[in-house]
Amino acid sequence: MTTQAYDEPKRKNFLIRFLTMDTSGSKGVGRKLPLWRQLLIQFLCLIIFAEVMFPIMYVITMSLSSKSERPSSLQLFPTEFSLTAFKQVIDRPTANPVTFLTLLKNSFLLSFSVGILAILIAVSAAYAFSRFNFPMRAVLMVLVFVPLLMPAVGLMTPLFLLLNSFKYVDCGGGVHAIQPFMSCAAGVTGKAIFNLRDSLFGVGVALISGALPFAVWNLKGYLDTIPRELEEAGKIDGADSNQIFWKIVLPLAVPQLVVTFFLGFIGYWQEFAMPWLFLTQPKDYTLSMTLYNMVGQYATSIPWNTFSAFAIIVAFPVAVIYIILQKQIVSGLTLGSVKG
Amino acid sequence: MDIALTVAKSKRAIQRNGLPFLYLTPAFIVMGVITFYPLIYQFIISFSDFQTKDLLLGLSSPKLNWIGIQNYIEIFTGGLPVQNFEFFRVLTYNFWWAITNVAVHVPAGILIAVLLNIHGVWFKRFYRAIYVLPIVIPPLVVATVWRNIFDEQYGAMNQFLTAIAQFFGSAAPVHLRWLTEYTPPIPWLLPNSPLPLAYYAMMIANFWLGWPFMVLVATGALQSISKELYEAAEIDGASGAQQFLNITLPLIRPAMIPAAIYGFTMSFNLFNFVYFMTGGGPARSTEILVTFVFSLVRDLRLYGAAAAFSMIILVVALIIFLITNRITHATATYQEA
Repeated sequence: MTTQAYDEPKRKNFLIRFLTMDTSGSKGVGRKLPLWRQLLIQFLCLIIFAEVMFPIMYVITMSLSSKSERPSSLQLFPTEFSLTAFKQVIDRPTANPVTFLTLLKNSFLLSFSVGILAILIAVSAAYAFSRFNFPMRAVLMVLVFVPLLMPAVGLMTPLFLLLNSFKYVDCGGGVHAIQPFMSCAAGVTGKAIFNLRDSLFGVGVALISGALPFAVWNLKGYLDTIPRELEEAGKIDGADSNQIFWKIVLPLAVPQLVVTFFLGFIGYWQEFAMPWLFLTQPKDYTLSMTLYNMVGQYATSIPWNTFSAFAIIVAFPVAVIYIILQKQIVSGLTLGSVKG
Repeated sequence: MDIALTVAKSKRAIQRNGLPFLYLTPAFIVMGVITFYPLIYQFIISFSDFQTKDLLLGLSSPKLNWIGIQNYIEIFTGGLPVQNFEFFRVLTYNFWWAITNVAVHVPAGILIAVLLNIHGVWFKRFYRAIYVLPIVIPPLVVATVWRNIFDEQYGAMNQFLTAIAQFFGSAAPVHLRWLTEYTPPIPWLLPNSPLPLAYYAMMIANFWLGWPFMVLVATGALQSISKELYEAAEIDGASGAQQFLNITLPLIRPAMIPAAIYGFTMSFNLFNFVYFMTGGGPARSTEILVTFVFSLVRDLRLYGAAAAFSMIILVVALIIFLITNRITHATATYQEA
């Protein structure tokens, strides 16, 4: 009996908390919200909800339609639930003979490796900027951070030229040359077997130039918030600077490394401009490039249902990551610059 | 013995002075090749008339003409072979675009975050999850969908306005040429760079895109404010508005300022969105610096002029960075903080 009497309010409490989706865990502070205020707030929240969902419902409705032309009237709720568009983009995403899986693999490889390499290279630089005071520090930091404000578009031409000069060329007659270190006999142009610019690897290298400054900025801000006392304790125990970095700072920075990695991953998952200008072979195409291909810049005949279905497929992983890591991403982005 | 001591001493000195540089080496090697080298290259070809025919040989191309600062002069005086281009108008518009966006997103974000932070509101987690959606949808999709919404014939916006007009007894369907009308609706606003209807359409679309991030940041900041402060204020008889102005705003300010600056730089360089929504039109009136440099490369193939333009963007970015750095202390060391 006693246990039941004890349990009942607790269970009710849980039920209420579940229904109201209140997971703050804190016991009610202050008064309870009066009903009229609750309803007013709900009304406002629903208006905002409608504002957010308006374009999204538009996309979802189009993706579930079997017709590819643009709907002539405003439809926010699907009238048919046809999966033809989804089937079509997964079976045959482009006019080229590329499978959906290849596109997915390329997208994943590109964004994963750019994300990983960027944090690996950036973390030690972020540590140096966070913990050491050395000559030229401010200048070097400006050098790292200014490209952050300078969009990749501005560096596209020289990067193209730079990567384009690395080629593996078949000069004919069984002679191969690796440009620019070797070249074919004078007057022989040869046939390029591998062009760094025209490869996923090359595009990845180009994209790191944009990912790296952001990673340094984001990690430096986080390292600034790790209390110095921990390192001092390490120093007393006889650890040198390298050991402090590897054994104390790096493990503590893991959460932020993960967040920075995912931010890079998301950014390059959606990137299409640079890959589009660099890559020419359909086997290297990514999901975002395919999406871009469906729109073009002023395309008047967008296949709306397949475009929408593809858009949902491209956005889905990003949405999942963002909703799961929401809190960490935000504190990562802001903590950095807020001190004290 | 003596030598060994000196060696040990100098080794320690190297460790002390050289260590930070050692840690910086990987990043600077990579950036040297893929960021600084292209930047320097860009700087060099900005003094030439680099064109498509020079792409194969680059700087060693025999046809390359060195024309000094002519590219820069042409950009500043509007001498580029581009219609409707005036550098300072585009620059003014670009700043205005970024500032007005942030000025709308930040207050909206704070208000919505405060609304959702009220204790006991139903379905909080649900709303928070939905409100993050605009951030995760690829900008390309966002721009394409909004361009469609603002279409003059079939667009949802005109249909929506028609419905409202009918409600007030007007039978005529609304036919606003959102993205193509050039005449500015409010001519006196920003006289240096008249704002066409497309600007307002883009503000609406980018509002949808921009406020959720500010909500995320503001929510994080709000949750770190101690509840006791509000309780104490209540005891002192402070009204809700007073609590908001005197407790909430000052305490979330340190988080909102960097977020606003982040939002400013994002809007300032919002390439994908602008490019796909209007392509800079009508008549280049919604062009920002980055979309312009892209059209110089892509459509006009004026690589030399584009390089000069990129250098100018770099200087603008540097100035913005130096100003914002004074506010956020992004480059401050741990000790200085």
